[in-house]
Amino acid sequence: MATPARSRAISLVINGEQVEMEVPARRLLVHFIRDDLGLTGTHVGCDTGNCGACTVQLDGEPVKSCMLLAVQADGSRIATVEGLAPDGDLTALQRAFNEHHALQCGYCTPGMLMSASALLARNPHPTEEEVRYALQGNICRCTGYVNIVEAVVAVGGGA
Amino acid sequence: MLLREVDYARPSTVEEAVALLAGYEGARALAGGQTIVNVMKSRAAAPDVLVDLANLEELRTIGFSADGLLEIGAMVTCAQLVNSSEVDVARPILAEVAATIADVQVRNRGTVGGNVCVNDPTNHLPPLLVALGATFTIRSRESERTVPADEFFLGVYLTAVGEGELLTKVSVPPSNDAGDGFAGVTIGKHGTYIVDAAATVSDDGVRIALGCVAAAPVRATAMEDRLAGSDFSADSVAAAAQGLGASLDPPSDVHGSADYRRHLAEVSAVRAVLQAAGRRKGA
Repeated sequence: MATPARSRAISLVINGEQVEMEVPARRLLVHFIRDDLGLTGTHVGCDTGNCGACTVQLDGEPVKSCMLLAVQADGSRIATVEGLAPDGDLTALQRAFNEHHALQCGYCTPGMLMSASALLARNPHPTEEEVRYALQGNICRCTGYVNIVEAVVAVGGGA
Repeated sequence: MLLREVDYARPSTVEEAVALLAGYEGARALAGGQTIVNVMKSRAAAPDVLVDLANLEELRTIGFSADGLLEIGAMVTCAQLVNSSEVDVARPILAEVAATIADVQVRNRGTVGGNVCVNDPTNHLPPLLVALGATFTIRSRESERTVPADEFFLGVYLTAVGEGELLTKVSVPPSNDAGDGFAGVTIGKHGTYIVDAAATVSDDGVRIALGCVAAAPVRATAMEDRLAGSDFSADSVAAAAQGLGASLDPPSDVHGSADYRRHLAEVSAVRAVLQAAGRRKGA
């Protein structure tokens, strides 16, 4: 029988790289990503699961990394904002954020990009309504969302 | 935020999971974690042992029992409900309501078992499953038992699942001739409900359950009785709802007074019943 323990050796793939590390059971995935792996592109916003700034993709689906323990991600494939353009060539989505002025302070942007890129992966040509539904878990306090939605719709070729 | 120290285990069978839950004091099941991780952050609760159900594949399936019940494993996520062809065939209201729970990220992790076992009074699935007449299968080391929805939800954060027990599946009768409805008023366009109501209209009668008005879902039995043999016109359904609000003792908070919730309870119940009656096969 599995014996409960204070820590666990976890093995996962993050942005295509295999990572193996012993982590305390109480460590949140977002802290593992930021503090243990040094990938600080994933932001801690509200730390209560409401704002979505900490959104990463787990096995391709967006999740809030402040509402997962790192041990729960054992065996999974994680993508963070650093993995979108590893060589510095921005993706179409990132360029669209630039062109449409889809950010002001930028704090929510990594989470927005991870939610939006997951949407575009399964629905390459989303409507405005589909974009708004997909981004419902990502709060932005600066822009009023209009330019963010326009940027994502534009990537899919919509007006 | 820093959680209190906790022990963690990831069993590979249901038998092992219930043995861990029964064998360790302060052990709690960890499903998607969309409630318990936040509760642990705020230290409103501090389990000593987390029993992660992630590897229990048998709890992640949606299928049908030999007698045609829709069987939903406790670890099925809200996103799975939304996209399930079985749910779409047997009881599409489950997908319709699951699609309005929180947001994409929470639906990707949050599970049916977690939603019902937390039994937060504002959760969507408890009143819906009461209206649908669902049954809940609970395993312990010694036995397995099945509890009807009317006896499952006991209080705020309290269900029939006791210490050392694990909810394994929720069984829902297929709709057959029934129509289902869900209505309410939310905080903001997609937010949490202030009051909600679920209704089922079939040849067997009407079942109505209200959410957010008490510690657990409330059956509107007097209204159900008054709707026996109804023509389900807007006027007759509204007449049947008379007095429902006065029979309730809902909480007051920043989102609405008790009186406002009494009013919303009648409005929501009427809307849910009219929607259900309109969707009834042959209606």
